[in-house]
Amino acid sequence: MTNLAVDICGLRMKNPTMLASGVLDETGKSMLMVAKAGAGAIVTKSIGKEPRVGHSGPTIVELPQALLNAMGLPNPGIEAYAAEIAEARAGEIPIIGSVFGGSEEEIAELAKAMQGVGVAAVELNLSCPHAKGYGAEIGSTPEMVEAICRSVKETVTIPVFAKLTPNTSSIASLAKAAEKGGADAVVAINTLKGMVISPEAKMPVLGNRYGGLSGPAIRPIGVRCVYEIYEAVNIPVIGVGGISTGREAVEYIMAGARAVQIGTAIWREGPEVFSKICREIMDFMDEYGYSKVSEMTGVAHHGRT
Amino acid sequence: MVGLRIFTVSDHRNETPTIKSMRFKETLIAAPGQFVMVWVPGVDEFPMSVSYAGDRCGITYQIIGEGTKALAMKKPGDKIGMRGPYGRGFSLQGKKLLFVGGGAGMAPLAPLVEMASIKGAAVDLVLGARTREEMLFESRAAVAGARMHLSTDDGSIGFKGLATELAQIVVSKHSFDHMYACGPEKMLVKLLTISTEKGIPMQASLERVMKCGIGICDSCAIDGKHVCRDGPVFNDGDLRKFAELGKSKLDAAGRKIPV
Repeated sequence: MTNLAVDICGLRMKNPTMLASGVLDETGKSMLMVAKAGAGAIVTKSIGKEPRVGHSGPTIVELPQALLNAMGLPNPGIEAYAAEIAEARAGEIPIIGSVFGGSEEEIAELAKAMQGVGVAAVELNLSCPHAKGYGAEIGSTPEMVEAICRSVKETVTIPVFAKLTPNTSSIASLAKAAEKGGADAVVAINTLKGMVISPEAKMPVLGNRYGGLSGPAIRPIGVRCVYEIYEAVNIPVIGVGGISTGREAVEYIMAGARAVQIGTAIWREGPEVFSKICREIMDFMDEYGYSKVSEMTGVAHHGRT
Repeated sequence: MVGLRIFTVSDHRNETPTIKSMRFKETLIAAPGQFVMVWVPGVDEFPMSVSYAGDRCGITYQIIGEGTKALAMKKPGDKIGMRGPYGRGFSLQGKKLLFVGGGAGMAPLAPLVEMASIKGAAVDLVLGARTREEMLFESRAAVAGARMHLSTDDGSIGFKGLATELAQIVVSKHSFDHMYACGPEKMLVKLLTISTEKGIPMQASLERVMKCGIGICDSCAIDGKHVCRDGPVFNDGDLRKFAELGKSKLDAAGRKIPV
């Protein structure tokens, strides 16, 4: 009997797909809608201490195989967002609270507030490439990643996931630092820093000029990062970047992921993409004789020394 | 592909003291009710309904912030960016149609009035504005053959009062098999009541803060639906399910604020 259920750091998921942070997760009702569409867990929008309107437009550029975005971490602040999480929890799947901050103290404080609101785990956004003073700006050296993870671990009892940036020479070093700091799992990858220029307008299109690239174009980079991280650490890896089919989810799982996150695929396929991906993973497992998702995790490393 | 394209301004004119129309040299195929994301380079990007589709496409807007103020400075020959069209527009149904446009809300309705007339439907239009000067597309709709019912807040022309009050009078005198509306949300809420009471199906175009325009950022959420992707036009069945309609919306930071 094929079973899609996975367990990540004690979070029981009915399938290995999670909604990636930043997509359809500003409101409780949208998160509920995604839960209903078949996601196994939901990661909230990245939340900070104070309300933040984000960058001026354009905040998104559509490309043939990718999106470039610079939303700029818009969010209503942790206090107001608590009501949205409470609403999303009615969906009866794990809610993972994503937080961003400018210092380890601020991030730890936010993680504690998230725990107070009842999330199942907290995801640290150490990787947003387009917000000054936050995200990748404080998560791009192993020392900082380790210090932040340690400080959060000392503050909360729920599992801590560190979402890492690929905009670095060695994401495996960041993953090792997260593990050393006590993180329970790592999430890879966040978007790749990029830019699109309009030749007619003679300027970058995004209001913030720089943005983060997501979608099918970045999948080989994400798979490579997960593959490297799997060889470097013993904690679970959650894979994210350009997944829109079951086969692509299996790619990440075979590279070493225990679960995957999906975001940009909703652009082309809508929230229904979750149930479609699950069906396709199931079909693949049936055809190739896997009964549990965990049997596929990391198999692409076998036969190598 | 509905990604970013550069458009050249061909004509820019005042429709009312506060509303302008901008036409372009290029063509944009869009259904009435669909919208575009308009980029004023170096300033901002914002959603706007298409008021002229096809050849020499165009948009019609009210100057409400920095972005539209910068847009208002553009002259023929200047270039702006647009992506889209996005969203679900109006679906033309019925033979006896009541249109209700409030203020700048007439912009997406005007091409639909024209389309309905061409297809042989009888069109009654309740057009509401603050004053006579602020009436948008009055002659455009009249030329298309709509029977006009005007209302102004100050009574400077037509019925003195709200467009919804005038609409109530019009539906009591004539029978309709479909209603189309765009305007302030309080107006839409009242029209929805009329639609329910009279059993007339209704479609209305909603407005929310919109950032991505492509159904992923959640800034335009209304009760788990998304104005950019599921809308901006919703039918009465959807509208009745929206607990937030006429009550709350999200600001740019995602905070719930009163409509």
